[in-house]
Amino acid sequence: MSGEIVKSLIVPAHPHPVLCPEKNEGWQRVRDAYDDARRQIEESDADLIIVYSTLWPSVIGHQIQADPNPEWVMVDADFHDLGSIHYSLRIDTEFAEAWNQANINRGLESRTVSYHGFPVDVGSVVALELLNPDNRIPAVICSTNVYSNRAETTVLAKACMDVVKAQGKKAVAVSVMSLSNRMFTEPIEPHEDRIHSLKDDEWNRKILEFLSEGRLEDVGQLSRTIHDQIRVKKVVAFKPMWWLSAMNDNRNDLTGEVLAYEPIHGAGAAVVVLNPESNGTGDKEYDEDDVDFYGGDRNVLDSDKDAEPKQPINSGPALYDPVEGANAVNTSKAPKPVGAYPHARREGDLIYLSGVGPRQPGDNSIPGGPIKDSNGNPLNYDIKAQTRAVVDNIARILEEAGSSLDKVIDVTSFLVDMDRDFSGYNEVWAETLGKVGPTRTTLAIRALPTPIAVEMKVIAKA
Amino acid sequence: MAKGGIVAGCLAPHPPHLVYAENPEQNEPVSEGGWEQLRWGYERLRESLKDVDYDVIVILSPHWQTYVGTHFIGVEKCSSKSVDPVFPNLFRFNYDLTIDVELAKAIHDQAKSEGMSVKMMTNPDFRVDYGTIVSCHMVRPEWDKPIVSISSNRSLSYYSVEVMQEMMIELGKSTAKAIEESGKKCLLIASNSLSHRHFVTETNPPEDMSKEHITSHAMHLWDMRMIEMMREGKSQQIINEMPEFCEQAIAETDGGALTWLLSAMGVPSEPAILHGYGTIIGTGNAIMEWPCRNWGA
Ligand SMILES: [Fe+2]
Repeated sequence: MSGEIVKSLIVPAHPHPVLCPEKNEGWQRVRDAYDDARRQIEESDADLIIVYSTLWPSVIGHQIQADPNPEWVMVDADFHDLGSIHYSLRIDTEFAEAWNQANINRGLESRTVSYHGFPVDVGSVVALELLNPDNRIPAVICSTNVYSNRAETTVLAKACMDVVKAQGKKAVAVSVMSLSNRMFTEPIEPHEDRIHSLKDDEWNRKILEFLSEGRLEDVGQLSRTIHDQIRVKKVVAFKPMWWLSAMNDNRNDLTGEVLAYEPIHGAGAAVVVLNPESNGTGDKEYDEDDVDFYGGDRNVLDSDKDAEPKQPINSGPALYDPVEGANAVNTSKAPKPVGAYPHARREGDLIYLSGVGPRQPGDNSIPGGPIKDSNGNPLNYDIKAQTRAVVDNIARILEEAGSSLDKVIDVTSFLVDMDRDFSGYNEVWAETLGKVGPTRTTLAIRALPTPIAVEMKVIAKA
Repeated sequence: MAKGGIVAGCLAPHPPHLVYAENPEQNEPVSEGGWEQLRWGYERLRESLKDVDYDVIVILSPHWQTYVGTHFIGVEKCSSKSVDPVFPNLFRFNYDLTIDVELAKAIHDQAKSEGMSVKMMTNPDFRVDYGTIVSCHMVRPEWDKPIVSISSNRSLSYYSVEVMQEMMIELGKSTAKAIEESGKKCLLIASNSLSHRHFVTETNPPEDMSKEHITSHAMHLWDMRMIEMMREGKSQQIINEMPEFCEQAIAETDGGALTWLLSAMGVPSEPAILHGYGTIIGTGNAIMEWPCRNWGA
């Protein structure tokens, strides 16, 4: 079971397409495009809608809606004369809580909110009202932090994807936003609506040209420029493309389709669908930092000592390059050893693997979080995410050896906390190696060399 | 009909923490207190206003943000629950308040006749913003005075602090004129903090005062400078320095409330009284009063 983003959407936030599409042909076309996007979602196998709304600003890190059924009546601060929207949403609270924890694991300040009467923002209400009117698919909504930068926003998306993968979700990622966001500062008649200025229109069309070519990461990298050129500095900047691009592995070769582009009270309102199928255009040009953990200046309440990233990327004992001895099998796609030994060794028809943990190659991070901090204080961690990462590492080493996961014949598993972790570990086992059918022995041990909770020793056929 | 007038003006900041710390019955969360310096400041303000006779509170809050002109609530009875989207853990307040629609409409009409972009808000489902509620509650917890609620026109976002101030000076004049013609005695409230850089983490509990301080020395210097100018009656200088203050202190005066207040009171050269200063999650907050007399024209 592996989760993924099955579709990404960029949709506008103003209430006109819900409340009065008939008053203006362009607003009606936005509504029709919204309906088209809704049908595309219905025809996909999506089981979760993830909303990143630029109209829900937050100060204390990011906030994630975790009320199972937020209900109220939404009235727009500016367009209150168009009417009210009664909303009753269905939230995937399990996902919301897990995303919150994943944010914390990656060094972000984060919290869930679940309060009767919480004012869900107009953007989220409009998007979910039109994309998911019958609440057939549960949703999750995340705020935009007013101070967050690209690194923080990127890590937010990666934490979200940790959970999408861990829970095997088929998710739709939705950025609720205007393109150019300069509105007319006077009331206008519906028939007078147009993009506020030629410059805004030209920039909008350029953005949409990129998106129609599936070049999402290019738009992400242009975010600061776009913000300078066509964004009125309201509460948040042009951040959602950072989030959406990171949700798509910073890809630049998606398949894009612009379903509508129209003015709403002067702002640029577009409905864009991005599908993960590669458009075949090949290489992306990627020149921004690829940040996995957030270690920025956000812990301003803490002393300098406490302000370290919550999960130091290179914690634990020294790392070794894998030993290149006789019959050794080593790969850069597996985590570096903590001693002088190879990743695996081929003997006859068999491949013997050194103990494999969940650490990630490259940054040495631990999916699901480490079991303790650098001072030895215990941390909450996700055993399922750790176990999945172990299995993924095993698969990569076996592939390097020309073998594969389905050739595993015997496994010895080590857990540092049998009582806490056995069932989660066992669940992931059943979904993965359990389907292959190797013999298995599970042992409780006191500790492992790095702050991980699970390790496996594997023998496989070559 | 006797002429109406502004009987006093207040700078009354609205962080929800203050209501949270007071534990009024209308607010759902319960606290152990906190931010006492500021809450005692509000106590002194209330004491100072105790014998002031007024009919209406007229308030401009930066948390009803409108981009299409300035809006006025035009619904007489407003009752609902206000939940702060940023600090929902602290502020979930059941309000029941009365709007002086007649005066709101009069200010609206006056501003309109001066060429300003204005709009009455008549949707009965509209929720009153938490800034308005916090400031009004801290100034007048009895909730026995009708209110005129004015939105914060975010013209700053579109233009500049200078343009924002031009518009707020006009709105202030229109407000004073409409009040005078209404025959009503009004208390004006500018609902905003001064320097406005927040911490982005929260202590546990939020009222842990051992972690409360200004975010930076520069913010402190700006706050003290503004307070000194208010105490010395240098209203015009405040308006002159507003662009730098808004930019360098990320000040919440960017919403226009203070400029509007000073303009409505005729840019007073009389000193204001400082009732209290304190920080809330790193932002600077002063409670000021321009005491009772006939301000303005
Ligand atoms: Fe505020």
